[in-house]
Amino acid sequence: MSILVGAETRVISQGMTGRQGLFHTGQCLEYGTRVVAGVTPGRGGEEHLGLPVYDTMQEAVAATGAEVSMVFVPAAFAGDAILEAAASGVELVVCITEGVPVLDMVKVKAALAGTGCRLIGPNCPGIITPGACKLGIMPGFIHRPGSVGIISRSGTLTYEAVWQTTNAGLGQSTCIGIGGDPIRGLNFIDCLELFEADPGTRGIILVGEIGGGDEEAAAEYIQDRVSKPVVAYIAGVTAPPGKRMGHAGAIISAGSGTAQAKFEALEEAGVTTVRSPAMLGSAIAEALD
Amino acid sequence: MNLHEYQAKALFAEFGIPVPRGRAAASAAEAEVAARELGGERWVVKAQVHAGGRGKAGGVKLANSAEETAAHAEAMLGTRLVTRQSGHAGLPVDTVYVEAASSIQRELYMSALVDRARERVIVMASAAGGMDIEEVAASTPEKILTAAIHPAVGVSPWQCRQLGYGLGLDAGQIRELADIIGKVVTLFHRCDASLVEINPLIVDGDGHVVALDAKIDIEDSALFRQQRYEGWRDEGQEDPSERDAREHGLNYVSLDGNIACMVNGAGLAMATMDIIKLHGGEPANFLDVGGGATAQRVAQAFRIILGNPNVKAILVNIFGGIVRCDLIAEGILTAVKDIGVTVPVVVRLEGTNVRKGRQLLAGSGLAVVPASDLRSAAEKVVGLARGQDT
Repeated sequence: MSILVGAETRVISQGMTGRQGLFHTGQCLEYGTRVVAGVTPGRGGEEHLGLPVYDTMQEAVAATGAEVSMVFVPAAFAGDAILEAAASGVELVVCITEGVPVLDMVKVKAALAGTGCRLIGPNCPGIITPGACKLGIMPGFIHRPGSVGIISRSGTLTYEAVWQTTNAGLGQSTCIGIGGDPIRGLNFIDCLELFEADPGTRGIILVGEIGGGDEEAAAEYIQDRVSKPVVAYIAGVTAPPGKRMGHAGAIISAGSGTAQAKFEALEEAGVTTVRSPAMLGSAIAEALD
Repeated sequence: MNLHEYQAKALFAEFGIPVPRGRAAASAAEAEVAARELGGERWVVKAQVHAGGRGKAGGVKLANSAEETAAHAEAMLGTRLVTRQSGHAGLPVDTVYVEAASSIQRELYMSALVDRARERVIVMASAAGGMDIEEVAASTPEKILTAAIHPAVGVSPWQCRQLGYGLGLDAGQIRELADIIGKVVTLFHRCDASLVEINPLIVDGDGHVVALDAKIDIEDSALFRQQRYEGWRDEGQEDPSERDAREHGLNYVSLDGNIACMVNGAGLAMATMDIIKLHGGEPANFLDVGGGATAQRVAQAFRIILGNPNVKAILVNIFGGIVRCDLIAEGILTAVKDIGVTVPVVVRLEGTNVRKGRQLLAGSGLAVVPASDLRSAAEKVVGLARGQDT
């Protein structure tokens, strides 16, 4: 079992004809993902990777009945691409693009409210249900079908957690990179709710980082609503205040959003935390033993 | 990207937000001319640096004559101003802003920023102006008033009234405040700001609301459509290594320790700093070479890291997913040879073709120490930085 995406999921790739879009869509197809079409305005009627390309999402969805889109469109146009996807009736939009202006996301989030369309990202590696559906830029081979659900604000740090759970023999139900931007689609709590309800997920790894208060909110939610074991790690204990650490959202401002405060909130909520990112695999293995 | 006060005030004036008359000056002579041309009897000379807390640090001086204005400018220009926000090295004062002095009845605070939790632009205001707003927020949060702006609705009159009454303003001043709030939010959107801050926003001697200070940060992700401000960048205010890294598409932040790190991905880069600290070392920097981690980027990253004379050892931590580890290993070895790296380098590679990558490193004959996992990598580099063999 898994959440959000599975072997049956049909996917449209927005921005598929660009360099990144073409490469990563190819990788997704190779993994076995059912990508059924691409969309690039002005390129309708072409064929790439053996898939039809359409000018608009409306045409692509009408022709294929796809439920999900992944967005590789450049930052300047990514907000518009998300809105086009939502209007086309897909249930889930996964936006990989990095560097989308925050004010574009303020508008996008306000416009998505009440539409029933879910968004993952932007600035994220995507989502994968191992062995069934890879939607994004993560290396497929490090995953293995299994029982741990992974939620993370980071890309390569997610791979670290994935690799450790693969090596521990546990594997993953679904892994979601929710993205490193301050304003994003699905948040920790949304994913926790889905994993809690998923019978295929036995335990959850939560990887947070400095900036904002989403880990604190997740801690409260876990205490009240999550019965499955959760192991958490927060990156950025050594990050200086006021400096943006790579991700647009990774900044300690006015003394809030520190790793220390997040660790404490999670520990108070009874979540198992690890201070070393090398311990994620062994800690979840122990929790599930 | 931060703007200087004089740049922010020029933008305020463009958008019709009331500011005192003022002029930027790069020399004492220019400052004296500015004072004469602005007219009046008293002037304020303000050091232009990208840090708050200038007043307490001696970066804001009152002058009673044009000559005194020149003397204050002379004393500030060419020095480095150390404030509570500038770091201990301080920031260079290359420009001063000369402004006609204002009479002040009240000092208020106002800002606009993006609230992550509410996912809206919010306007914050407080009657406790002129102070460190972070302290006000921490000790007396009830003194901070906020209004969240819905992107489809914009600033509503009731929000301005609520803030205005909350600040204890009279009816005329509330109308002036509403006008300022509307214009600040317009500016925020047009310029893709991440922060517009007015501290203090004053009620002047005649009872009018005026922006006495101005701070604007432009969002880096939006600079592609805000080309005008790229030309307003003051590179003298930036850390040279951080600027160098940015120009090469790398994310770099310098820290105080002696173990440098080079990592692909921001989260893993922070985690690598943390694990160095956890094993008793001190990280010298944050450095994200990006998902690609190509040979050129690795070489640039080594060059920037080694620009820091404190570095005693380097930890390279790459999770090769799409990029193959053997290619990364070759990039590392080429860079180590070409640049002449003299400190020990611990390399932890994981992912595609990892065995081949590790073999390349082990057989190179260079001072490169392979590590098989994150923990042993951290232990090795901490030991090497202390001068111990591993």
